[in-house]
Amino acid sequence: MADNKKTTRRDFLYTATYTIGAVGLGATIWPFIDQMNPDKSVQALATTEVDVSTVEPGNTITVLWRGKPVFLKRRTQDEINEARAVNLKELKDPQKDEDRVKEGKDEWLVMLGVCTHLGCVPLSNKGDYKGGWFCPCHGSHYDVSGRIRKGPAPVNMEIPKYEFVDNNTIKIG
Amino acid sequence: MSDHEYQPTSKAGKWFNDRLPLLSLVSHLKDYPTPKNLNYWWTFGGILTFCLLTQIITGIVLAMHYVAHADLAFGSVEHIMRDVNYGWLIRYIHSNGASMFFLAVYIHIFRSLFYGSYKSPREIIWIIGILIYLLMMAAAFMGYVLPWGQMSFWGATVITNLFSAIPLVGESITTWLWGAYSVDNPTLNRFFSLHYLIPFLILGLVVLHIWALHVPGNNNPVGIDIKKPSKDTVPFHPYITIKDIFALLVFMIIFAGFVFFAPNVLGHSDNYIPANPMVTPAHIVPEWYLLPFYAILRSVPDKLGGVILMFSAIFILFILPWLDTSKVRSAVFRPIYRQFFWILVLDILVLGYVGAMPAEGIYLVLARVGTIYYFLHFLVILPVVGYLEKTDPLPINISDAVMSGSSNLSIAKKDEKKV
Repeated sequence: MADNKKTTRRDFLYTATYTIGAVGLGATIWPFIDQMNPDKSVQALATTEVDVSTVEPGNTITVLWRGKPVFLKRRTQDEINEARAVNLKELKDPQKDEDRVKEGKDEWLVMLGVCTHLGCVPLSNKGDYKGGWFCPCHGSHYDVSGRIRKGPAPVNMEIPKYEFVDNNTIKIG
Repeated sequence: MSDHEYQPTSKAGKWFNDRLPLLSLVSHLKDYPTPKNLNYWWTFGGILTFCLLTQIITGIVLAMHYVAHADLAFGSVEHIMRDVNYGWLIRYIHSNGASMFFLAVYIHIFRSLFYGSYKSPREIIWIIGILIYLLMMAAAFMGYVLPWGQMSFWGATVITNLFSAIPLVGESITTWLWGAYSVDNPTLNRFFSLHYLIPFLILGLVVLHIWALHVPGNNNPVGIDIKKPSKDTVPFHPYITIKDIFALLVFMIIFAGFVFFAPNVLGHSDNYIPANPMVTPAHIVPEWYLLPFYAILRSVPDKLGGVILMFSAIFILFILPWLDTSKVRSAVFRPIYRQFFWILVLDILVLGYVGAMPAEGIYLVLARVGTIYYFLHFLVILPVVGYLEKTDPLPINISDAVMSGSSNLSIAKKDEKKV
């Protein structure tokens, strides 16, 4: 062992001990972190089915999903046309209206009713854009497709995962 | 205490240390001169620190999911066990952690009794230790109430009713403790609040306990005063830290054994029945660590007398340093005391056993004999033996004791006699 640069048995033992110790410590810490994640009983409540048969064109209903409001807006043909006529270059977060709805179900805009700025709930049919939304907290204006047009919010309102179970029922989540 | 002036090498370190000498404290803790003959019974201080921190951390986590309400508490504990990610693990660590905490504290206390660590100049360390022990019992009792099972409810009823034994004001005190006319939702709420508070009081007392320890320094298996630092001492780090860690790992294996293989063996199955104020379980017992005192309580056929005797059994420990008249600390050099020490250990084990048994027949007789002997030990045997006992000659320093051919102290002691 005269050569100091040579790896000794003791070096191996140190490394092995520290490695096992670190793995053990990590395995011990993980449950204490994971306990704060949503548990199975919360995850089990993570889908919501909505009957939309009674919603008239031009109206919006709001349902609660995962503790957050979801807007379901049944848009008129005028509103759809208006949303699609917008020049994408004018948009802060360019996105086609077609990409924000399900094909063939163009009248339904299903959208998380949470302002992307700091999480307030925007008001329907308010703001500078007809049929759009306005967030009262810090003044973000959204258009009839839920896209950010004016104000501090950085991106369009989020479209959650959803599907049409049948013509009258939407399953969110 | 080592009196050397510590100076950080880095400029930033020096700047900081001049304003808040934390680095000096760390240096003191690292270099703290420790008797070189400390055996594994001395590792329980570190183990207890680990126990306290484990209870605090798991407790804070459990409080994130627990609901302190008479209608919801039981369900929320089941929610922790079944739904919360790793909730079962964290709760089992906490509930078994209480038992492990008491196991370690009893070993720590008996170590002190054997080696005379409570004697001058360490009386304050001992008294703070007993205060910690008292707070531990309060915290354990209140924690046991929180799941709001049958044992929780009736344990709380029985223990709070102890105070009703006080003449004149007893009833008012129990009503005040309950915040109701029986153990009820207000009781549960305040117990939760206090259960969360007490560990931090304990933590504060632990700091004082260690501070008081670092003034005279550790006692040691030979029990003699030593010069610090000297050839009789080693720096705390790495010598004691590595020994403490090794002992802690062994302790954790036993701990994990309970948590993973027998998590309910130390508890009582009746506590998985929701609290019912209309029905008392057939056989109420406290957790194992309180059984000796429970046996003392039940051994007296008088309500007030039983309560007084039970509390005396704990409070007598506060004056222990003055009840023991012997100048020699370690039982290694006290042939008579050494035998009484083991009889006391046996006595307390017997009391614990009969505390778990029904209070009738032979068990009641044993409880009474055990109780009488317990007080006899502290009030008569200790003072008298201190005067009459002819102690073995003490070594002059630890090195002589350790280096005289064997680490076995009794052999060292005999060699010492020849000298």
